[in-house]
Amino acid sequence: MTGANSFSVPGYGPERAGWTRVFARDSVARRLDWPILLSAIALSGIGSALVFSATRNRTEINQGDPYYFLLRHLMNTGIGLALMLGTVWLGHRALRNAVPILYGLSVLGILLVLTPLGSTVNGAHSWIVLGGGFSLQPSEFVKITIILGMAMLLAARVDAGDKKYPDHRTVLQSLGLASVPVMIVLLMPDLGSVMVMVVIILGVLLASGASNRWIFGLITAGALGALAVWQLHILDQYQIARFAAFANPRLDPAGVGYNTNQARIAIGSGGLTGAGLFHGSQTTGQFVPEQQTDFVFTVAGEELGFLGAGLIIVLLGVVLWRACRIARETTELYGTIVAAGIVAWFAFQAFENVGMTLGIMPVTGLPLPFVSYGGSSMFAVWVAVGLLQSIHVQRPMSA
Amino acid sequence: MTNIPETGRTPRVQTRLVVIQILVLSLLGTLGGRLWYLQIRNGAQYQKEASGNHVQQVVQPAVRGSILDARGVALADNETRLVVSASRTDLLKQKDDGKAVLAKLAGVLGMNPEDVAQKVRLCDAKTPQPCWNGSPYQPIPITDKATPRQALQIRERSEDFPGITAEPEAVRRYGGPGKSNTAQVLGYLSPVTDSEIQQAKDTDSPYLRSDMVGRSGLERQYDRELRGKAGVTRYEVDNLGRVIGKAQSDAAQSGSSLVTSIDARVQRVAEYQLNDAMTKARQQFDDITGENYKADSGAVVVMEAKTGRIVAMASAPTYDPNVWVGGISAKDYNALTGKNSDYPLLNRAIQGQSAPGSTFKVVSTAAAVQAGYDFNGNYPCTSSYSVGGQVFKNFEGENFGPISLGRALEVSCDTVFYGLADNQWKKDGGINPKKGQPKDYFFKTAHQFGLGKPTGLDLPNEVGGRVPDRQWKLDYWKANKDGWCKTGKKDGSYVEKIAYENCLEGNKMREGDAINYSIGQGDTLVTPIQEAMIYGAISNGGTLHVPTIGKAIISPDGKHVTEIQPKARGRLPITPATRNMMDQALAGVATRGTAAWKFSGWPQDKIPLHAKTGTAEVYGKQTTSWLATYTKDYSVIMTIAQAGTGSGASGEAVRNIYSALYGVQGDGSVDNKKALLPTPQKDLPKVQPDGTIAAPKIPQDPAEDQKADQAGGDGSQGDQQQPATSPSPTAGNRNTRRRTRRPRSRRTPA
Repeated sequence: MTGANSFSVPGYGPERAGWTRVFARDSVARRLDWPILLSAIALSGIGSALVFSATRNRTEINQGDPYYFLLRHLMNTGIGLALMLGTVWLGHRALRNAVPILYGLSVLGILLVLTPLGSTVNGAHSWIVLGGGFSLQPSEFVKITIILGMAMLLAARVDAGDKKYPDHRTVLQSLGLASVPVMIVLLMPDLGSVMVMVVIILGVLLASGASNRWIFGLITAGALGALAVWQLHILDQYQIARFAAFANPRLDPAGVGYNTNQARIAIGSGGLTGAGLFHGSQTTGQFVPEQQTDFVFTVAGEELGFLGAGLIIVLLGVVLWRACRIARETTELYGTIVAAGIVAWFAFQAFENVGMTLGIMPVTGLPLPFVSYGGSSMFAVWVAVGLLQSIHVQRPMSA
Repeated sequence: MTNIPETGRTPRVQTRLVVIQILVLSLLGTLGGRLWYLQIRNGAQYQKEASGNHVQQVVQPAVRGSILDARGVALADNETRLVVSASRTDLLKQKDDGKAVLAKLAGVLGMNPEDVAQKVRLCDAKTPQPCWNGSPYQPIPITDKATPRQALQIRERSEDFPGITAEPEAVRRYGGPGKSNTAQVLGYLSPVTDSEIQQAKDTDSPYLRSDMVGRSGLERQYDRELRGKAGVTRYEVDNLGRVIGKAQSDAAQSGSSLVTSIDARVQRVAEYQLNDAMTKARQQFDDITGENYKADSGAVVVMEAKTGRIVAMASAPTYDPNVWVGGISAKDYNALTGKNSDYPLLNRAIQGQSAPGSTFKVVSTAAAVQAGYDFNGNYPCTSSYSVGGQVFKNFEGENFGPISLGRALEVSCDTVFYGLADNQWKKDGGINPKKGQPKDYFFKTAHQFGLGKPTGLDLPNEVGGRVPDRQWKLDYWKANKDGWCKTGKKDGSYVEKIAYENCLEGNKMREGDAINYSIGQGDTLVTPIQEAMIYGAISNGGTLHVPTIGKAIISPDGKHVTEIQPKARGRLPITPATRNMMDQALAGVATRGTAAWKFSGWPQDKIPLHAKTGTAEVYGKQTTSWLATYTKDYSVIMTIAQAGTGSGASGEAVRNIYSALYGVQGDGSVDNKKALLPTPQKDLPKVQPDGTIAAPKIPQDPAEDQKADQAGGDGSQGDQQQPATSPSPTAGNRNTRRRTRRPRSRRTPA
């Protein structure tokens, strides 16, 4: 097994030597989806600047080092890029065989969170503190393994050519596989991640070609579940309060509504071109809580204005657009499902995150893909990009 | 797509993928739309909210302008003191609301812990002074008299004194040059209140939270000019209030200086003499009440006769205006305003009103001349004047025979004016006047003299006195008849009888009212400033000036000088001929009339002095003394409540004031070098090139200097020499006293 074998698709073109291979028409580098990669890198780069702006004055959390968060964000991005390359190198097909192990590991991870090893941040008991200032949020990785696991089950018989669509039994199996981590995450409780997972499941089922009955059934179940959650007081008071504040932040501007209100002020005050990087008074004055993670978009809104914040949305749009294309263009259903699951994940998480800073979605603790500070999230999304790239690289050569 | 057939991809999946794509894009579109809505459409509003979020104002108070006397001597200026302040917000953060810290602070400052606690509590309807009526967010001054040592103790152990600061600050200083006080004229400052901030919010001179506002006197009248404009630095702060940048900075603009017409030296002499006169009056025995005179309050006004400018104005009892600086203590506040205080905050020169007594006779004389009586006619000065069952007596039954109006002024003959007023009352139709307007010469003339309404001088809260004419009687009766008719008894006590009579016919001008009124008794009320204006007008030929204290406003850089010009408000209703005769008669008062015994040896040929004495009855109290005087340049009015006669109580004091003004020595010679102000100060103090105002040196105590001058010559005690032309008084209080059987004045002077 050599790198050359893995990084080029066998059977296409003669073997070449040296760096020219990298740029050959059939090389992995040439076959990568560059718009996604560049957009993701750009988003991470913008994210670095925003995280830096948000944290350089927050001495109570940056341990006196203004570059503390910037460096870590850059490091996370680097690790993320490496994970992406590793994923591409391994290939999504190879990973397909490892799915049961990955799934098992990730579920174990979230189970660990529920043990005394886990710790609570902002009301969500979803972290494992590793020490040395590092901590892990296993629910981020569960998102990937749910996609991979469901895709494996759903695509197995279709890709084998046995069936046109996944049958009911397979769908049930895949739902069972997904519901285990969903239940665990619900116990944390990490409502945001649960919402993302439900949307992922929906996206996966849609792309798998499962019967419409399953789709509508799932949507109905989701609605009933939400109703049950509301009625049975499964949610903590703070979660309901956050929800109410999203609907009307002026109800309690000093309390729960404070986040949303300050976030909206920060973004609104940005205007067309913003206050300029590092010049936003809301940001410099630390009026928006959690600004380097969940509310990082407010930094863009205030300091970069409509143009800068809009650019982030456009870049996310490029990633999603290309991901949709990858889903459509790949030959196997497995690849399609994985790509579609990632699209559902990114799209919903981005919409929820940006939407809550804009006051059109309730406040839940979800990071903005690529942009928000946070290692686990960063690694997970870059692995997802690796999966997309792998699917893209291994697509059939088209004319 | 070429790959579809290869994979056998079903259209269902392909369609769903397209649906997902559209859905995803619409979600992003939603975000974009919302972003546009917030940032572009409503951006301005959020920008405003954002700027309100993180800007803290730090106020540098403007240095308040000085109040200067006519020569530039500072009556009120500023000094730097170590001010110890407490921040309520910080104190309330502590467990016991800062009680322990305040107690510790009281120990360091050597103050009573209770006083300290009272100073930091907030004023409300239930909280009596002392309390803080400024903004609760502004540091509250606890003392401005901290020693450097105390300040150092607080600053070095700042962790022991959370919320306490010790900083040097500019505070008001009422320096009292030459031992002058001028308290009531200057007024005082106190912190601005919330309602004042609200009221002034949209005007062109809004208040800041930290502003001190003039509460009375010149400080209030010229507050806007003196206050200047506080400097505001707007700091950007973070969510914890830490400063992260400077947004905007407006430098403080110092207030303008006010040059007044007050002369600190004359002011000192006037204050000293008023106090001296009151002290001496208290040693005099009052035959009528059988006890010494109380002499509980008094006022003196020295006015430039030709302009109406006030050279000195004193009110007694008085107080030290510096008690207000840096917050007033409970004890001090009670002493100034409590029920048992003698209300030293009142400026009795403009807020004290009482019956003018015989000093009113100049008005009656002018009225008589207007009514057609000859100034030099013969009018019987009998010992008493009877009307119906009432007998109005002349003072101690004196009888001067038929005399002119001028002589009636000189000797202050009451019965002459009784007769004239009674005649006029009868001509007007008696108690039920004829249809059409009665002539009412006596009342009309009083109004023409400017009585019955404030003079309009540049001090707040001036009162207007009262001319008890028909309209007033009607209004007063309407307001009080219910009470009178309830308590009035035909055969009850004196008060009950009066109430009974008033109930029946209090709305009408009765014969006794008209008669009493003609000699400044009854319901007539005037203020010392009104008298000064009237006698000044007689002096200057008949022009009534609006009295003024402010002379010029000089900008802090000295470049803009806005002069305050004296204003005339009318002319006396007398011809020059009448004025001249009156002038002579009033000079006669000083040389051979009722005041002559106090002005013997006065260099009348060099400095012609004119005077009119007055002794007003007040029901239930001792008589109010009045002495109204003028020369060609000044009018000086002194009044003392419960002090006997005008000349007896004030003669010597007023003479001493004139002596100081003109440099008259004890032997009657005039020493111009020792004269404080032989002619009124015309020029404004010089503004030096650097914008400061030159002030001459001022003697340590002009009053003592003047006293020494008097003692240097002989005849310092005027009452030891008797003028030949004047009947020798048998007692100190013998003069213009008269008693009617029914004194009408029932209101005590304020």
